[in-house]
Amino acid sequence: MGNPMTEQTQTSEVQSSAQGETGKNPGIIRVEGMHKWYGDFHVLKDLNLTIKQGERIVICGPSGSGKSTFIRCINRLEEHQQGKIIVDNVELTDDIRHIDNVRREVGMVFQHFNLFPHLTVLENCCLSPIWVRKIPRKEAEASAMEYLERVKIPDQAHKFPGQLSGGQQQRVAIARALCMKPKIMLFDEPTSALDPEMIKEVLDVMIELAGSGMTMLCVTHEMGFAKTVADRVIFMDGGEIVEEAPPHDFFSNPQEPRTQQFLKQILAH
Amino acid sequence: MKKQTVDSKPAGPKPWYDPRVRSLFFQVVAIAAVFWAGWTLVENTLSNMESRGISTGFGFLEETAGFGIIMSLVPYDATMSYGRTFWVGLTNTLLVSVMGIIAATLLGFLIGVARLSSNWLVAKVSLFYIEVIRNIPLLLQIFFWYFAVLGALPSPRQSIEVGGTMFLNNRGLYVPEPLTQDGFGLVWGALLVAIAAVVCIRIWAKKRQLATGQIFPTFKVGVAILVLLPVLAYFVAGSPLEWEVPALKGFNFGGGITIIPELAALWLALSLYTASFIAEIVRSGILSVSKGQTEASKALGLSNGLTLRLVVIPQAMRVIIPPLTSQYLNLAKNSSLATAIGYPDLVAVFMGTTLNQTGQAVEVVAITMAVYLTISLSISLFMNIYNRAVAIKER
Repeated sequence: MGNPMTEQTQTSEVQSSAQGETGKNPGIIRVEGMHKWYGDFHVLKDLNLTIKQGERIVICGPSGSGKSTFIRCINRLEEHQQGKIIVDNVELTDDIRHIDNVRREVGMVFQHFNLFPHLTVLENCCLSPIWVRKIPRKEAEASAMEYLERVKIPDQAHKFPGQLSGGQQQRVAIARALCMKPKIMLFDEPTSALDPEMIKEVLDVMIELAGSGMTMLCVTHEMGFAKTVADRVIFMDGGEIVEEAPPHDFFSNPQEPRTQQFLKQILAH
Repeated sequence: MKKQTVDSKPAGPKPWYDPRVRSLFFQVVAIAAVFWAGWTLVENTLSNMESRGISTGFGFLEETAGFGIIMSLVPYDATMSYGRTFWVGLTNTLLVSVMGIIAATLLGFLIGVARLSSNWLVAKVSLFYIEVIRNIPLLLQIFFWYFAVLGALPSPRQSIEVGGTMFLNNRGLYVPEPLTQDGFGLVWGALLVAIAAVVCIRIWAKKRQLATGQIFPTFKVGVAILVLLPVLAYFVAGSPLEWEVPALKGFNFGGGITIIPELAALWLALSLYTASFIAEIVRSGILSVSKGQTEASKALGLSNGLTLRLVVIPQAMRVIIPPLTSQYLNLAKNSSLATAIGYPDLVAVFMGTTLNQTGQAVEVVAITMAVYLTISLSISLFMNIYNRAVAIKER
């Protein structure tokens, strides 16, 4: 299970080679031969993926296929045991400084919002800029208000998360992640916990964000969203990347039988 | 008029089938029973006391006590009144309760957090501590510390010595007593100035963080000021402090401050016992904060320490405070077990000796109960105020 020795010895080489390759724009996220186990259970099997700056990727697949685990590996909420993940030229290892550096540049939006219930919407947005980026509170608040306007809820700034609807909470969560001015945004099923009438308001914000050139990695079942904004759609099943294609090809001409079956099931009605 | 008669109920059920009449009836019966029982008690007691020639009232508090007490925070000797014994007992109870609450809180939080540690050894040691300590009766633990640990210390002549100034033996811990001389007021003044300075620095640092984002090391600088300023004042005033070092006189030590083994045993047992419960309360509080909160905080780039301080603890506190209050109340009330080893707390001194000598049972018991009630209600009130301050404002 895993091979920590080789991983350790390769780390330093990768670090230096990654620095050297920066000029060639090798991709803001690089995943190479990545494996992950939960105990004896092999969750992610030999994943390889390179994402360029500004690319918008949608990951879909049946539940239990490992797609959430995969994007959680990218900001090290989950550890991988073998292979490499290089985000913004920093390889994710056990080194806390690398992890903190990566997390500063990668924003994440969760299925269940995970807003801090003891802080107001505005304080939620300002917490990390103030304590991690060490920005003066006034500036942080001004910038947070801009993002809250962008997600169209500036009037809720002084309310507590418990006072907002699900859709509003998720938009606050997006604004909170954006306040750190991240280079990459990860979305882990952002609309799955929402009532149907609130899904659109969140997707609208995400589409607007995609239009602004943000690098986005999105686990979602919203195929309409995938068709509209994705540069590539990745289909995962059983811990593997089964198929990877631009949305038009992916939906109209899937190559793999597993993809065809999945699409038949979700597009049937 | 006609409509009203239609609306109003038709002929109701028989009164004994009407639930409202029934509940009123039972309430009246219950209240009557309580009053009857109370009245019987009072009358019975009064007539018994009269037949035995016991006078009622609080006049006995003025009489001379005539017995010695091994430890008192207020000046006391046998020629003083029973009223004085009350104050001695009360201050001793408050002393051990306050010391116990402080120690139990610190230790409890430490063990509670350690119980959740990812370090296997630390987590298991904490678990072992909690399971052993909270499952042994408190009285047994007090006896253990008093007889097995402190009772096994050497006699005064073979005292364990620390630098010739501190002595530990089976009569207690003897430490030098600081005696303030003229000019020590300057040190107190310096301490007040230091406290004021720290408060100002804290306010200024917060303002600066709001304005510029820079974080000032308030804690380190604050500690430095609090220590350095009084020390400086001490030397400027010409070291106005003399130490009275305890010395062996005959069979025991004289001079200095004595921490009697009764106090030490009671304090240790109360703190360790209550800490094991507080540890579990702290653990449950921290675990009550969902994993999603920690993940969101980490995903925003906050370090583990900041996550704990800004996200987890503020949310855990609202779960911790109410049961923590109960533990404080338990500790204060459990301090009455002092009687078992002869620590002169309120129960031992006032409800013990004073009651035996005067026979004023009703008055003494009433005063003692009133005191415990007051202590408990004060703790409750204070903790409720604190709880309201940390509660999450939702909706």
